[in-house]
Amino acid sequence: MNSSALIHALLDGVLTGSVYALMATGLTLIFGVMNIINIAQGILVILGAYLSYTLSVHFGIDLFAGLVITIPTLFVVGIVVERFFMTKLKGPERTSMSILVTYAIALIIEGALNMIYSINDVQLKAWYVNQSFRVFGLWIPYIYMFGFFLAVALLGALYVMLYRTRFGASIRASLADQTAAALIGINVKRVSTICFGLGVAVTAAGGMVYGATNAFNASTSYDLISRLLTIIVLGGMGSLGGALLAAILMVTLGDVIAVVWSPIWSTPTYFFVLVIVLSLRPQGLVGKLSVREA
Amino acid sequence: MNRKGRNFRALGVTSVALASLAMMATSSGASSSTIAKGKPVTIGISLSLSGDFSGDGSAFKQGYELWRDTVNKTGGLLGHKVKLDIVSDASSPTQVVTNYQKLISLDHVNLTVGPFSSLLSLPAARAVARYGYAMVEGAGGAPSVFQAGLTNLFDVSMPVKDALVPFATWIASLPANKRPKSVAYVTTNDAFTEPQIPVAKKIISAAGVKTAYYSVFPAETTDYTPIADAVAAVKAQVVVLGSVDVPTVSAFMQAFEQAHYSPEAFIATGGPDQGTAFSSVVGIKNADGMMVPNAWYGSATTPGSAAMVAAYIKKYGGTAATVSADVAEAYSVGQVIDQAVTATKGFDNAKIIKYLHSGVTLSSVQGPVKFDKLGENNQATAFTFQWQGKNFVEVNPTSNKAAKPILFPKPVWGK
Repeated sequence: MNSSALIHALLDGVLTGSVYALMATGLTLIFGVMNIINIAQGILVILGAYLSYTLSVHFGIDLFAGLVITIPTLFVVGIVVERFFMTKLKGPERTSMSILVTYAIALIIEGALNMIYSINDVQLKAWYVNQSFRVFGLWIPYIYMFGFFLAVALLGALYVMLYRTRFGASIRASLADQTAAALIGINVKRVSTICFGLGVAVTAAGGMVYGATNAFNASTSYDLISRLLTIIVLGGMGSLGGALLAAILMVTLGDVIAVVWSPIWSTPTYFFVLVIVLSLRPQGLVGKLSVREA
Repeated sequence: MNRKGRNFRALGVTSVALASLAMMATSSGASSSTIAKGKPVTIGISLSLSGDFSGDGSAFKQGYELWRDTVNKTGGLLGHKVKLDIVSDASSPTQVVTNYQKLISLDHVNLTVGPFSSLLSLPAARAVARYGYAMVEGAGGAPSVFQAGLTNLFDVSMPVKDALVPFATWIASLPANKRPKSVAYVTTNDAFTEPQIPVAKKIISAAGVKTAYYSVFPAETTDYTPIADAVAAVKAQVVVLGSVDVPTVSAFMQAFEQAHYSPEAFIATGGPDQGTAFSSVVGIKNADGMMVPNAWYGSATTPGSAAMVAAYIKKYGGTAATVSADVAEAYSVGQVIDQAVTATKGFDNAKIIKYLHSGVTLSSVQGPVKFDKLGENNQATAFTFQWQGKNFVEVNPTSNKAAKPILFPKPVWGK
C-alpha cells in the first residue's frame, strides 16, 4: 500500500459519500419532521435513476439537465405518497406502522419498474461517466466530481432553506416539537407534506449520480435502503448534519480499510464503529435524544 | 372453562395440528409417480425473479419455458403436457427452501428442478431430499454443493472449479516473448467464483507469471472503486475477476477506464456471458475483448442447440450471440429430465435418481451429460468465450476447430 492509494481512497470516500449523504438526507428529514421511517427511500432513488435514464435514452436530455424535470417530478410523487398514505398513519404506532406502509409502497414501485424496464440492469451514460482528469498524479472521475458538486449545491440549498427562511424555521420548529409548533401557529400538516416531498425530491439527484456510477435494476434498492438506514442511525435520526457526516464516514472508512487492510473487512469495520458509537451515544453522532424518543 | 382445562384443550389442538402437519409432510409430500390420463405433469421451480440474481433467474425462466414449449409440441412427457409451477425466491437461500416445501407439500408437483446459483441450489436440494425428490439443476456447480454429499442432486452444467482452466492453460502456453508478466486476481467471496481462482492461479504461476495482486471482496460491496484502483495501480497485464453478475464487471470496467488502465486480457467468471444484458450496460465498444468461461454459446454446434436458439429468437428476439448461457443451462435440465422420465417410464423420483446415478450418458444442448457419484457432470467441457465486435464467440480451447483467434491484446477501452 502506498500513500497515493490511501489519498485516492480518502478522496473516493468523500466524493462518493457526499452522494450517499444526498440520498440519506431525504430519509432523515422525513423522519425528523414526521417520525416516519421511509423504507421506500431506496426504491425512490432507483425511480429517480430510471427517470434520468428515460430522459437520457428517449429524449436525449443530459443527465444533469434532466434534474430540472426529475426533481420536481419526484417532489410531486412525494406529495402524492404523503397525502394518500402517510396522513392515514396516526397514534402511538405511527412510526412502526410507517415501516410496513412504506415497505408496501416500495414493493408496488419495484413491481411497476420491473414491468416497465424489465429486470435487466441498465446504467446511465454520458461523456463524463467514464472519463477522468488528472490532479497531482491521481485520476479523478468527472462523474464523481460533478456528483460531489451537485450534492454540495443541493445540501447547501437545503441548509439555506432550513436556516435562512421562514419556512425553514417552521420545519425546525416542527423538528423540535410538533405540538409546540402547532401552538404557535405553524401548519404542521403542511410542513410535513412539503418535507416529505423535499425528502423524496432529493432522491432524484442521488439516483441520477448513483445510476451513472453503478449498473442497477429495481432490486438494487434493497442494498441502498440498508445502507441509507445505517447512515442515518449512525449520524443520528433526524439530523441533517449527522447524515452528511455519517455518509462520508461510512464510505471513506470502507474505502480506506479496503486499501490498507482488505476489502473483506470494510463492512465489518463500519458496523463495528457503528456499534461502538451507539454504545457511547445512542442518539448517534449528531442526533438528539429527544428526537429519538419522539 | 378453568385455566387447566384451557391448557389441556390447547395441548390437544396443538397435538392434532402437529400430527396433521407430520402426515402432510410424509404423505402429501411423497412424489406422485403416476398421473391420470389427460392430466399435466407439474414441475416445481423456484427462481430468482428479483434480488441479486434476478437477471440470471429471468434467463433461467426463459430456458425452462422454451423447453416446456418444445416438449409440449411433441406431446409432452409420456403423453402428459408439461406445466411449470414457478415461484420467486428473491435470490434468498431461506426463501428458496420455503418455496420448494410449498411446491411439494401444497402444490403437489410431480418433479422439481433447480433454482439459479450454487448459493440457492444446495439448500434447495437439501429441502427436496427430505421428500425423496430428485433435484436436477443447471447452475449449482460450486465444489461446496457437491461436498454436501447429497444423492438427489445432479448438475447438468460444467463444475465451476474447471471453468478457468482453458484460459489459464492458454496464458501458460503463450511463447515467453508474448506471455504476460503479471496477473491480478480479484474475486467476490461467492461459492461460484472463489473456487475458480486458485485453480487458474496455480496453472498461470507455474508458467512463471507473477501474481501482482490478489484480493477477495465481500458480495455486499457496492463501492468497487478502491479495489479497482488498487488493481489499476499494479498495472497487471491480465485481470482475472471472480464475478457473478453484470453490475460487478461493469463497475470494474468503468473504474479501470477512469484510471486509464486497460489490461491486455480481462476475463470475468460471470457477467459477460449474459448477451445484450451485458453489452448494453458496458457499451459494445468496451465489451470488445472481454472474456468469460462457460460451457455453451449461441453458435454452439451441439445437438439441439441451433433449434433452441431459433426458438429463442422467435419468441424473445435478438440474435444467437445475445442468448444468455443461462437459457441453455435451464434448457439442458429439462432435456435431462425428459430422458430420465422416458427411460424410467414414469415420474417416480426414486427411480429417476437411481437412473441418473447409473452412469448413463445423456445429451443436452450443452453437450453430453454423465453424472459421477457426487452429481457432477464429468463430461462437460469448459470453453472460453470472447466479445469480438458485436459477436460473442468461442476462442478457447484453441485446439477446437470452431474456435476463433483470441483478440489479444484486448482493445483499449472505447476504441
